[in-house]
Amino acid sequence: MKIKKIIFIIYFSFSLLQASENKSELLEIYKNLRCLVCQGQSIADSNSDFAATVKLVVQDLLEEEKTKDEIYAFLISKYGEWIVYQPTFSKSNLLLWILPYFIFIVGGLIIFLITRKSKNNKAN
Amino acid sequence: MKINISKIIIFSFVIFSLFVFWQGLKKNNSYDTKNLIGSKISSFKLSEINNNEQYISQEKLKQNKYTLINFFASWCAPCRIEHKYLLSLSRESKKIKIIGVNFKDKKNNAINFLEELGNPYYFVGEDLDGKASISFGIYGIPESILVDNELTIIKKIVGPIDQSQYEEILKLIK
Repeated sequence: MKIKKIIFIIYFSFSLLQASENKSELLEIYKNLRCLVCQGQSIADSNSDFAATVKLVVQDLLEEEKTKDEIYAFLISKYGEWIVYQPTFSKSNLLLWILPYFIFIVGGLIIFLITRKSKNNKAN
Repeated sequence: MKINISKIIIFSFVIFSLFVFWQGLKKNNSYDTKNLIGSKISSFKLSEINNNEQYISQEKLKQNKYTLINFFASWCAPCRIEHKYLLSLSRESKKIKIIGVNFKDKKNNAINFLEELGNPYYFVGEDLDGKASISFGIYGIPESILVDNELTIIKKIVGPIDQSQYEEILKLIK
């Protein structure tokens, strides 16, 4: 009897863990999808009809064991890249991905040069 | 004269940022369906509103020269406005067949709607929860998609069909 109880508790805990994982994955996907009929809201934030339908479709696709990227790809093929908040990496937006790192390095270099110059001036 | 490299870099960066902002302002960020034109519609299966055992799929559309897939609902006021154009299209041209997709509606209301205004559709499919419409890239109704017998999207109309769009459809299917 005790063993049965332990098995039940373990099974129950695993189910709960699985359910919370699925929920957080769903929420993560909803948050990255733009509600096309709302002003600046994600699918997660919106109660619109469109958002409700997209939520149902995402749930179905997850149940079909589609990955996050496959779900995004499906929705992008129907609504364009505008539907996802995080842009995909492509030739057309290469600059968007590289520019922040470039600015970070160049900015750092400028600060380094300026501080070195002012130190040299003080030393002289 | 000594050239200050830092100042030049900062100045170039400001000019570049202003250029990016200017380009960004020119860009239209509202959702557009133009990118769907030329692509093929996905596979689908819709049950008939009056007989749930009867289905239509993409394969059946290949038998028509042109098919207009129209998304409508009895609760949608603009659908009433465009309905006369759909009736005219079904009467005027034998090259085009119209499918109605009843979007998030009550069956009886949809049947009454068609009895009241006339039925331009050769098949009325049911999309109770709107999920099927997502695979057509629909985000509101009315919307219409014109496809040829190879299932390629020729035109997509967001909102009600008006006189100019009606004439454009007739031109496209000539």
